Amino acid sequence: MLSRVAESIYWMSRQVERAENLARFIEVTLHMTLEQPDYLVDPWQPLVHATGDNELFQEKYSVANATNVVRFMAFDSDYPSSMISCLRAARENARCVRDSLSSESFQHLNDFYHFVRDAPESQLSDPTSDFFEKVRERSLLWSGIVDSTMPHHVGWHFLNLGRLLERADKTSRILDVKYFSLHKRMDQVGTALDDLQWSTLLLAISGIEAYRREHHLVDIQKIVAFFVFHQSFPRSIFPCITGAKWSLRNIENDCGADVPGNASQQLSVLHHRLANSNAQEVISRGMHEFVDDFQHQLNAVGDSLATDFFHLTAAS
Amino acid sequence: MEQHQSSLPASQPPGTATETPRLEQYQLDGFFDELVDSDNQARLDAEKLIALINAMPPGELLRRQHAIERALFRMGITFTVYSDSAGTEKIMPFDVVPRIVSSMNWKHIEAGLKQRIRALNYFLCDIYNERAIVKDGVIPSELIDTAPAYLKECEGLRPFNDVWCHITGTDLVRDNSGSFYVLEDNLRCPSGVSYVLQNRHMMKRNFPQVFASSRVRPVSDYASRLFSLLEDIRPPHVSSPTIVLLTPGVYNSAYYEHSFLAQSMGIQLVEGRDLVVEGGFVYMRTTSGLERVDVIYRRIDDAFLDPKAFREDSVLGVAGLMDVYRRGNVALANAPGTGIADDKVIYAFVPKMIRYYLDEEAILPNVPTYVCQDDDDRKYVLEHIDELVVKAAGESGGYGILIGPHATNDERDEFAAKIKENPRNWIAQPTLELSRVPTLAGEQLEGRHVDLRPYILCSRQNDVWVLPGGLTRVALKKGSLVVNSSQGGGSKDTWVIAEAGQTVASVGDK
Repeated sequence: MLSRVAESIYWMSRQVERAENLARFIEVTLHMTLEQPDYLVDPWQPLVHATGDNELFQEKYSVANATNVVRFMAFDSDYPSSMISCLRAARENARCVRDSLSSESFQHLNDFYHFVRDAPESQLSDPTSDFFEKVRERSLLWSGIVDSTMPHHVGWHFLNLGRLLERADKTSRILDVKYFSLHKRMDQVGTALDDLQWSTLLLAISGIEAYRREHHLVDIQKIVAFFVFHQSFPRSIFPCITGAKWSLRNIENDCGADVPGNASQQLSVLHHRLANSNAQEVISRGMHEFVDDFQHQLNAVGDSLATDFFHLTAAS
Repeated sequence: MEQHQSSLPASQPPGTATETPRLEQYQLDGFFDELVDSDNQARLDAEKLIALINAMPPGELLRRQHAIERALFRMGITFTVYSDSAGTEKIMPFDVVPRIVSSMNWKHIEAGLKQRIRALNYFLCDIYNERAIVKDGVIPSELIDTAPAYLKECEGLRPFNDVWCHITGTDLVRDNSGSFYVLEDNLRCPSGVSYVLQNRHMMKRNFPQVFASSRVRPVSDYASRLFSLLEDIRPPHVSSPTIVLLTPGVYNSAYYEHSFLAQSMGIQLVEGRDLVVEGGFVYMRTTSGLERVDVIYRRIDDAFLDPKAFREDSVLGVAGLMDVYRRGNVALANAPGTGIADDKVIYAFVPKMIRYYLDEEAILPNVPTYVCQDDDDRKYVLEHIDELVVKAAGESGGYGILIGPHATNDERDEFAAKIKENPRNWIAQPTLELSRVPTLAGEQLEGRHVDLRPYILCSRQNDVWVLPGGLTRVALKKGSLVVNSSQGGGSKDTWVIAEAGQTVASVGDK
């Protein structure tokens, strides 16, 4: 597979996943505001913090209310990590590798982009609109289409790798921010509000039903375990890393690599650490420290992919 | 089936002329129309289509036109309007009424194109090697040596099978008498064939009944034919070649076509930066290291192909590619240097080439052409500039053109000055009354001028194949003669009707 094509597929996949996660964050936050009395926790500022681009937001919008945050995170074309920017970039990447995709995949992504681009202004921050739900659905459909219309050879593995690394990153981010903003209000632990907030967090990763079936009641340590260490929940961090590792192994086999590259080694280390840790340890060490460390390691894997596969120096 | 040919053509419906459907209220305005005759009656092979159009409830054509436009938009066959900061995208304009070419006309076109491509390939071989046609006084050598598209770097080269232009898209027009003329030979990287295939796909979905009953010849095997051609021109030492399509990249206006063709053939779509020359061979950079490339269907111009051989500032090409090509370690389609044969001045000599190399008369005539380099011709052109179409010899895509009757005095003066300054760069032709095809304008049909670009594949000197179909380009603006998509042109599906015994496309073909 051409290195350029592999790189574009990898980024295309990450960008769609990123857009989906933004939609998820906004969707659950909008819903939460419906159920939450006005005088309680402001849900919007932490969301801006989660992007890591608070300064940019302050400069342009200053006040973190629903309208501004939704506009910033979803529709701001000048903000390179907004939902629309991600989808535009994903579609551009898809155009560059269109010949390597199934036509269904390309058409769907093309539709998806236009759907978001042409979204009516009035719906943007209306909590009763189903716009973000539709975005989430389209992204899930995208996943289904690429998985069931393309051979699972090296190109698909790059796609899967991008998807899972991005998903692991976003799951850790939402946990980080919410944990921070929720957990400091220890006085509310065990209250109805607390229950609502943590449920919302689980909703953001489509995990509420799976969690309830296993644990029934909200419990912080169990929620952290669910987010980070669940063995098989597809948006939990551990299965994402396991899947990414599997795809990377397949890529290396296809490329005839004799020894694992840097990315592969780093991912194995990360996987090993997660396999030998648990929620109690994470909480006692500090959630924020854990997430910070985890994201650094993910970034290192991403950097190594570039040198291992995308920008090879000419040597046959 | 063969022995029945003396009877009525298979597509002629039974009955008398009074049953031939007419396109009432359609204005011919004195032009030759492709679908109806001077009495508004359907021409041979267009009866079914006209009958369908007449049978449709008002607004139905427009509804189907919109359905097709939506589908094209979904498929992402669009270009971005750069003047619009919102990044508005538009589809390439498409008109729902197909153009029909009768089997009889097609026979004539096909024979003429085959003859022309054979002669042009002989010419290219000759001009970069022996130059017999110059020595024998048929073409003046200064016209060759001053042509911007002539490549000294190709002198002495002999591509595999002695074929230079493998893929051609010749522009044909019809005048007011309905006669066909060759307007331009496009021998470099002719584009548009993807629209032929997509237009057909759309028409089959939206007009299944009339399509099925009209005995239209299929275009669906173009990609397979093209792939076989690319395989056939591989370097002789290679048994199972790696074939790629080289594109300038996603910002090129024909990028969709490049990606479509690569996908249809199942070959890699590469950019210049994906390729590298090492040790006399071309390789592509893959995730498992370098992989050798044997055949390149290149869709970038000669000048950008290799910064070492041609334009140094080219970032689209591959440094050292020409050297690999000269060594015979890679095949290029089309060969570099073919542009000399579609220089608009050299074009004027094609009928002479056909006589010289094939000892035949041209089956498809040229549009009469005045070569401004010639003193008598130039004098005539300057005196009649208000009647003529003036064209720059080295330009294409509808640029560098003056349409005398439609131009202002200032524009005419400007072109006259340019002609005097550099006569070699200019030719002129009479303004043809281009034929028209009914085209949807709002809810009604109006005549719009068209041309026709058939696509021709040639892998051996005497093995020429013409795709039974082609791109009908239509000037959508009322009265306009400019069909180029960059200047308000659109396209139509082109239905070539089968004779008895020929394969007919079915609606189910992919």
